Amino acid sequence: MGKLQRFPEDRRPAANMSLAAAITARGLGKAYATNAGEPIQALTQVNFEVGVGEFVSIVGPSGCGKTTVMRILAGLVDGYTGSVSVGDRVVHGPTSEIGVVFQDANLMPWRTILANVMLPGQVLRLDKAASKARARELLTLVGLSGFEEKLPGELSGGMRQRAAIARALLHDPKILLLDEPFGALDAMTRDNMNVELARIATQAGKTVFLITHSIAESVFLSDRVLVMSSRPGRIIEEIAIDLPRPRTLDVVADPHFAATVLRIRRLLEGSPGTSPRVTLAH
Amino acid sequence: MTTQDNLTTEFAPDAPALSSRVARLWKANRRSLSDLGFTLLLCVSVIAACQALVSTGIVSKFVLPLPSSIPSELSGLIDTGVLGSNILTTVWEALCGFAIATGLGLTLGALIAEFRVVERIVYPYLIALQTMPKIALAPVLLVWFGFGLGSKIAVAAVISLFPILVNTIAGLKGCDQGRLDVLRALGAGKWDRFRLVKLPNALPFVFSGLSTAVMFALTGALVGEFVGSTQGLGYLIIQANSQMNIPQVFAVLLVLCAIGTTAFGLMQLLRRRFLYWSPNEE
Repeated sequence: MGKLQRFPEDRRPAANMSLAAAITARGLGKAYATNAGEPIQALTQVNFEVGVGEFVSIVGPSGCGKTTVMRILAGLVDGYTGSVSVGDRVVHGPTSEIGVVFQDANLMPWRTILANVMLPGQVLRLDKAASKARARELLTLVGLSGFEEKLPGELSGGMRQRAAIARALLHDPKILLLDEPFGALDAMTRDNMNVELARIATQAGKTVFLITHSIAESVFLSDRVLVMSSRPGRIIEEIAIDLPRPRTLDVVADPHFAATVLRIRRLLEGSPGTSPRVTLAH
Repeated sequence: MTTQDNLTTEFAPDAPALSSRVARLWKANRRSLSDLGFTLLLCVSVIAACQALVSTGIVSKFVLPLPSSIPSELSGLIDTGVLGSNILTTVWEALCGFAIATGLGLTLGALIAEFRVVERIVYPYLIALQTMPKIALAPVLLVWFGFGLGSKIAVAAVISLFPILVNTIAGLKGCDQGRLDVLRALGAGKWDRFRLVKLPNALPFVFSGLSTAVMFALTGALVGEFVGSTQGLGYLIIQANSQMNIPQVFAVLLVLCAIGTTAFGLMQLLRRRFLYWSPNEE
């Protein structure tokens, strides 16, 4: 229902098969060695699927291992247990089917915004002219047209993060991974960026997987929210968000929105990983 | 614009606007202008003091030259063509040494920073060499590379190598992990990560090294000439010194000062050209 609304005419045919999984995580686990030498179980038995064209968020407290999940999906972590599949293929490292947006924009300060967005094209040896044309389109999509020749240092934090989103989309990955992309922004900018993100995801027709610690953000953006708890990190609940799209910031007044936020908050408060003792220990 | 307009603006300038502009300029630059004034004043007083001390016979002419005798000494050196050819010799030696040091420093620095094995094998030698005063090598280098330009170039290269090497290693190793993750997530290989992120990222460090090295190269060339030579500014100094021609020594020192300042200025220009993006650049 809502899904078809989100993706109008320009969707790829495969995306209409709502049963197809874009990402499948099976039994993900990861242990880190502390300085003292004893291992800490950061993640254990994390299982989930993200359908093609779906917008799924993981929400959880700081240190619950949600960034580790993201880094495993992005192929940036070695030595994890379990498996990750993209489409029907098990992946063991980075794949060009995924575009990643990190907590920091991580733009190259010596490159213009346009050249930054074109960076994946250079790495993946794409045609330069095509890359440039697409980078310009994407900059328009994220609302940065006219800033092509600026350096990252001349842009605000929000604009830099927009450029990072455009960069993640350059090689037309099927999946967009976002790790607290707006965590460093002020609350107002953050709200606006979320509305923008919803629009961009819809227009670009991507499967989106978002990591956040903001419950409201996850409910506002997602089709489905995975609630994660810590020590060890695991998924304790999966909640479908039945709010119509496109959503505006007014949705916060919707009783269903408030009820869902409250429900997730209760889940996180009730989970042993977020008990006051553990929180204080941080 | 008509002639009439021209005349009007020329003969009846907007008096308050003009004076306020001058006032603003003066206000903005007052500090630097007054600083410059004091710098010049200090210079003039020192010269005047020297002139007074020597001309009254308090200090012997053989210890300190009469400042007023230096310009004639300098023009004598220029007129006979002695100065020009010796400047060329010394600058050439310094430049060759600097070029060799740059090539070697960047290559070796990159190998050490990028390959663990190279680092483990070479690093102890580097530290040993770095803690040794390289000037002590000059006599040996004279034996190895002969009495001509070769030995001077070698001394210049050896002395100026380390600042480049150390800074290159520091710059490459201190690379921002977030920026590298962007490349890793795209599946970029080691070479792409190096050329697209690490190297540009290290440039501010490299340029600090180069700025130091350019001065060291000049020092190296002079030391080489002191140890044994038949031409160059170092040779000129030694020769004048042995003839107790102190004004000539000081004339050459002035020339060296000018060469050093020029080299430094050129490095700053290059720096600005390549590090336009670095927040530390003005």
